[in-house]
Amino acid sequence: MSSAELTDLLQIILLTVTTVAVMVTAGFKRDHGLINALTQTGLFASLFIFVIIEPVTPLQVTPLLIIDEYSLFFSALIIIGGIAVTAMAYPYFEKHHQYNEEFYLLVLCGTLGGVVMAASNHFVSFFIGMEMLGISLYALIAYPIHSPKPAKFPLEAAIKYLIMSGIASAVMLFGIALIYAMAGSFEFAKLAQAPSGIDAVYQPVLLVGYLMIIAGIAFKLSLVPFHMWTPDVYEGAPLPVTAFLATVSKAGMVAVALRLLLAAEAFKFGEVTVVLSLLAAASMIFGNLLALLQSNLKRLFAYSSIAHLGYLLVVVIAAAAVPDIVSIESMSYYMTAYFLMSLGGFAVLSALSNSNKELDSITDIQGLFWRNPWLATVMITVLLSLAGIPLTAGFIGKFYIFTIGVEGKLWFLLTVLIIGSSIGLYYYLRLIYTMLQEPHGTIANDPAAARLPVGLNVVMAAMTIAIIYLGVYPTPFIETLQSLASTF
Amino acid sequence: MILVWLMVILFAGGIGAWLAESRGAEHPRAVALAAILLDLFLVILMLVAPDTLGLGTADTVAQLGQQGEWLVLLQADWIPRFGVSFIFGADGLGLMLIALTVFLGLVSLGAAWGEIHERSGFFYFNLLWTLAGVIGVFTALDLFLFFFFWEVMLIPMYFIIAIWGHENKEYAAMKFFIFTQVSGLLMLLSILVLVYFHYDSTQQMTFSYFELLGTQLPDNISMWVMLGFFIAFATKLPAVPVHNWLPDAHSQAPTAGSVILAGILLKTGAYGLLRFTVPLFPAESVVFGPYAMTLGVISILYTAKVAFAQTDLKRLIAYTSVSHMGFVLLGIYAWNAQAVQGAVMTMLAHGFSAAALFMLAGGLQHRIHTRDMDKMGGMWGVAPQMAFMAMFFTVAAVGMPGLGNFVGEFLVLLGSFQVSHTITAFAALGLVVAAVYSLIVIQKVFFGKNVNNLKMADLSGMEFLCLALMMIGLIWMGMYPQTMLDMAQPTLQSLNIAFPG
Repeated sequence: MSSAELTDLLQIILLTVTTVAVMVTAGFKRDHGLINALTQTGLFASLFIFVIIEPVTPLQVTPLLIIDEYSLFFSALIIIGGIAVTAMAYPYFEKHHQYNEEFYLLVLCGTLGGVVMAASNHFVSFFIGMEMLGISLYALIAYPIHSPKPAKFPLEAAIKYLIMSGIASAVMLFGIALIYAMAGSFEFAKLAQAPSGIDAVYQPVLLVGYLMIIAGIAFKLSLVPFHMWTPDVYEGAPLPVTAFLATVSKAGMVAVALRLLLAAEAFKFGEVTVVLSLLAAASMIFGNLLALLQSNLKRLFAYSSIAHLGYLLVVVIAAAAVPDIVSIESMSYYMTAYFLMSLGGFAVLSALSNSNKELDSITDIQGLFWRNPWLATVMITVLLSLAGIPLTAGFIGKFYIFTIGVEGKLWFLLTVLIIGSSIGLYYYLRLIYTMLQEPHGTIANDPAAARLPVGLNVVMAAMTIAIIYLGVYPTPFIETLQSLASTF
Repeated sequence: MILVWLMVILFAGGIGAWLAESRGAEHPRAVALAAILLDLFLVILMLVAPDTLGLGTADTVAQLGQQGEWLVLLQADWIPRFGVSFIFGADGLGLMLIALTVFLGLVSLGAAWGEIHERSGFFYFNLLWTLAGVIGVFTALDLFLFFFFWEVMLIPMYFIIAIWGHENKEYAAMKFFIFTQVSGLLMLLSILVLVYFHYDSTQQMTFSYFELLGTQLPDNISMWVMLGFFIAFATKLPAVPVHNWLPDAHSQAPTAGSVILAGILLKTGAYGLLRFTVPLFPAESVVFGPYAMTLGVISILYTAKVAFAQTDLKRLIAYTSVSHMGFVLLGIYAWNAQAVQGAVMTMLAHGFSAAALFMLAGGLQHRIHTRDMDKMGGMWGVAPQMAFMAMFFTVAAVGMPGLGNFVGEFLVLLGSFQVSHTITAFAALGLVVAAVYSLIVIQKVFFGKNVNNLKMADLSGMEFLCLALMMIGLIWMGMYPQTMLDMAQPTLQSLNIAFPG
């Protein structure tokens, strides 16, 4: 392995080293603060290492991984997710839960899995990354299981996720096997020639392979009708894990899915576009409709994330018709916006909760604007952004989707998008309205009035500023995305 | 730059007002007053002595290739990726509407002065941001920027209704927001389709109004794209059948909110039709014209009838607003010089008369805690000044010759008569119905017996001042409308409106 390749792998290596270091340290000394700090240090170091890496040209490191600006961008997002979750976890568990050190080990493993997915252009690394993330998640969801009174139902959620996710992985593996049987390669880039190299009789086999993989991806991204697990797992998992699930696991999958579909030219099969369109339309409509009925904020965010991934899928579908550069740029922008919004929203909820008691019902945030204006401002920014109102990143993201949809002439999906967003407005507004109402009664020990830990404040401030900055002056960020898309 | 300053002052004033609350509940309104007065001063300077601000017809106009008198124009890049730039411009029409906005901003401040005591900082913040958003709408000449301000003015207004509104505020605020936002999304889609086809034919991505004028769209979709714009603006105007957010929003909003809604926000819809829908889609507008005019007439007659059936004072005035805005719709789609001049006059005059009526209705509600006209009566004896003002503005709204509304509606009818006799005949009926529903208000509220023995204070100095200023404005418009007609003239010329010889 050349030194250039080793340099490019530094990010992954550093994450691995951190994981081992955390494990060893925890073995010698159980100290929540120390382990948390160590984890943060490792994550920050691996975040800023791209200053050294900076690949102008993509570099294939072993047949499994490709390090280019696209992979580094998504890795950065994923690591930021890891950092935010680590910051949320400390106040959430400290003084409320006994053994917390392994939590960070799992977060690091999951982050590493996400980073591997973002960099993979080979089915093997794709699957390894996915399972690494998935297995960490099973344990993370069930983490407070030995707590005498866990806030939610971690065991149920974990089992649900374990079984469903296992089936999805199996389906996906079968799909990979079918494709391998036809194409004779695990490399994404070699799949493009596959349809021309095989008999017409076997074309359907290839197609079925793709559809099975899409089903697996749709499960991980919780697209309708593969979304059943989402609300239960979101609600049952401890809050920082929900945030991890909503961001890191989606970003890794989205990154690799787009790479696969573009490199393999899967859109040559008209059926792929049709199936994706149906998934997108169903997710936009049902995600939003079901969110209307929720009174639990974690469930509401779960359904809202289903809808947002439906919006995101519009970009993927448009990729069949528009140049790759445009679709990569749009998707990276929307994913970033989604990331910021989700992390901001969950950070606010996490500020109100701990591992014994989570305040995640709509009535818990009633009058929040008057009880704690800072938390409410963050939440309102997040909600306005989710609703796609100007001055926020969410608006520019939606604008990207509209633009690319018009360019790809996806009139049906755009209509569904408008209907979906209109429904979405209602429940986002209802939350904002609830926060503006009079607080009910005087609450003794109002958790919203308590002093917030610095780490959480930093996360919330960073997300709010980023959401507004990207909404007001997106030009520099767009230029970054254009350059990463052009070297894809 | 002056246009940007107008907005910056309001945005900054809003933040200042919010921060000032910590020093005491009375501070925010002082900050807000200072910001609006400063704006008003600048607007007056722009109107009477543009030279002092270094204004004239800007040089950049020729560069943008647009004929017509742009008093102020500013251009700078914003998001080059999408061809989005800051283009602000004001011509005669824009300037008049900005003046209306700032002036009614002052009036709404007067209305809020004695009414809003709770959480006043956030209230004035929202008030000033709404005004800034509206000024942005009236000056933005980049479609993306326009859409941006279109939404910016919406959110603070939502807060005003949702926090300081009356008994059914949640429903009203939600309805207001969803109607505007959904129709706004349709407009966004239309804008993007327009931009895309412009890009397709010129390989240049731009949202500039001037560049997009004259874009050729394929025949099968051009009508849909036009409708996207039309629905957004008709919702805001509002016109039947997308008007029914308005009575709720008005009756639930606090007085200052109603004043801004009726006086200014409705005008953004009319402005959008005049500035964007018709000029961007001239051919489609000709085809669609008769339907739009019919909708205008239906708005005039139907909502007048509905208004007559109301017992809630604010709802009644809200419905009359829809009725009067029907004339604007009629005038715009008749698309000749008289009719459009009439539409502009109606916009201005209705801004004053409706704002004044809402201020009076809000004042009544604040004093006697009801909007139900059946419970009122004999108020002339209790509050003679208020009764006089109500009489004056009601008569003005009905279209009494000598006052602004008459000029506007008369010109609209004159212009539309040249286009369609039938439609105009029906529209003219609206004037008759208007007299009926307006006089009912005066009779029920101010004449008759004060059965419930209601007592209340007469107008405060602040209210009297605001109302008197609007009164003078209406008389001016009625007696010497030439001032406004002259200002609107260059705009109309640049829109290529036919002037019958």
